[in-house]
Amino acid sequence: MFTVFGVPSPALFGQLLLGLINGSFYAILSLGLAVIFGLLNIINFTHGALYMMGAFVAWMLLNYAGIGYWWALGLAPIIVGVFGVVLEKVLIARLYKLDHLYGLLLTFGLALIIQGIFRNQYGVSGLPYAIPPELAGGQRIAIGSTPIMFLPNYRGWVIVASAVVCFATWFVIEKTKLGSYLRAATENPTLVQAFGVNVPLMITLTYGFGVALAGFAGVLAAPIYSVNPNMGGDIIIVVFAVVVIGGMGSILGAILTGFGLGLVEGLTKVFYPEASATVIFVIMVLVLLVKPAGLFGRSA
Amino acid sequence: MANASAVVESPVAPVLPDANSAGRLHRRVIIGLALVLIVAPFVVYPVFLMKILCFALFACAFNLLLGYGGLLSFGHAAYFGMASYICAYTAKVWGWPPEVAILAGTLVAALLGLVFGALAIRRQGIYFAMITLALAQMVFFFSVQAKFTGGEDGIQAVPRGRLLGVLNLGDDRALYYFVAVVFMAGLLLIYRVIHSPFGQVLKAIRDNEPRAISLGFRANQYKLLVFVLSTTLAGLAGATKAIVFQLASLTDVNWTMSGEVVLMTLVGGLGTVFGPILGAIVIVSMENYLASLGAWVTVIQGIVFVVCVLLFREGIVGLFSRWLKQPL
Repeated sequence: MFTVFGVPSPALFGQLLLGLINGSFYAILSLGLAVIFGLLNIINFTHGALYMMGAFVAWMLLNYAGIGYWWALGLAPIIVGVFGVVLEKVLIARLYKLDHLYGLLLTFGLALIIQGIFRNQYGVSGLPYAIPPELAGGQRIAIGSTPIMFLPNYRGWVIVASAVVCFATWFVIEKTKLGSYLRAATENPTLVQAFGVNVPLMITLTYGFGVALAGFAGVLAAPIYSVNPNMGGDIIIVVFAVVVIGGMGSILGAILTGFGLGLVEGLTKVFYPEASATVIFVIMVLVLLVKPAGLFGRSA
Repeated sequence: MANASAVVESPVAPVLPDANSAGRLHRRVIIGLALVLIVAPFVVYPVFLMKILCFALFACAFNLLLGYGGLLSFGHAAYFGMASYICAYTAKVWGWPPEVAILAGTLVAALLGLVFGALAIRRQGIYFAMITLALAQMVFFFSVQAKFTGGEDGIQAVPRGRLLGVLNLGDDRALYYFVAVVFMAGLLLIYRVIHSPFGQVLKAIRDNEPRAISLGFRANQYKLLVFVLSTTLAGLAGATKAIVFQLASLTDVNWTMSGEVVLMTLVGGLGTVFGPILGAIVIVSMENYLASLGAWVTVIQGIVFVVCVLLFREGIVGLFSRWLKQPL
């Protein structure tokens, strides 16, 4: 064991790891927000509630249907995504011609409804969700005979899985034909529609995909944090700050900002724990002062 | 959609001119309101009325910003709650008289509004809403950790004290009339602001910012001033509430409180002078009657939100305003 500025290395790297995990959730959620905002021009306040719903769907699949973690990892995002498609078709689609603020208000109301229903049904104390047996245990990482840190397998998996999903999303949007339609529709939906692309369908599917990402993050989070109806409300506001810091113009920017801020939060927990809850907001203030459009944003 | 700005519906119903008859109508409504306020405590439980008045002032302050300035602040709980903490702390720990404690709370809300406003107006629209929300969450976390707020317990048993050393505010009815005067003063100030040249420029900026700028108005200064005005009045409402309930707690700084004030304004009528008052009455009464339902209140609030946004964007007073063909 060695120390960094008087902090023992396992504590430092443990917090950094936790920070990186938080960061991967910020990255997935802000990515979904950015994709949805790009095409629909609404800020999806429901995102946090749907992240929570993803965790709950995984819990329900396990406890009511006996379906385990690995199936839930695929099924829960699909269920949340389909739910999102229904929301978009039935409610959100009615607002596209109005001021964008109404989209925020509508999705805020939806978030209250979803959160309230789960809180009624399951209380606020949180439900346990076990780590899948394949990923139980952990690795001792050491250089020579100096132990550096203990890496729980599941946490390593969360970071790898989120990174893969983030970069897959980036690849699809930036490098494929489908993604080019999406980017074109973000720039000018009317023109893309004129070229024969079914833009309303694309909008619906984009929303479904964006919230499916939130559901996926929820399943990943379920074994780490307990499954709690309030988990979405707490994280979504931080994610908003992440989005303001990164700017929503760039997919890669959203991913990097998410991971980076998670790390910063982890570091703050080691060196100045009192500020760990507010550090992201403080960074937001600094970014607004220096570069109002956000680190990766294009100025409006 | 990027090019949809041409068809965007303004968040506020267009206000028709004919200022004279509108002015007469408004005077009647205000006088009627004052009369109702005088009689009300003999009919309804004064503490309930005071709760409504505090939230009505809060909603009116919020509406000044959104309805007339076109700025959606999703973090107004920060000013309401922080003023409430300061007022409760100075009244209880330092033994300040109620009127000074309330002023102190209001002043802190104004300063907070000045700092946060200056930051938030650097971005527009949806970003503005997110920034105000994030800044308010920062205040919330600060309140959770800071020593003087009492954490989860809040500041309890705040003394109501004597107004100007004379009037004993421990008496519900005496306190009620004090709160009613504070409320009316706030409302009249807002009314004056809306109908002043400053208010006209504000509406111009709301409807078309680039055009207002091209006419030589410094839009950002106007936005900042209305933001500070709004947070100051929100602070006044929060500080007064701390004296009324003798309590300042985390509920007042939470983001759900920010949502609630949006809901009140939306239900009553966005961009109407009197709408937020009606909205506050509706929402506070609803919460009172449904309190036994626990978390279902949140669900019902959510449903009201969704219904208002989808089907009833003009709000109750907005509807009356359309029928009477007069801005209200």
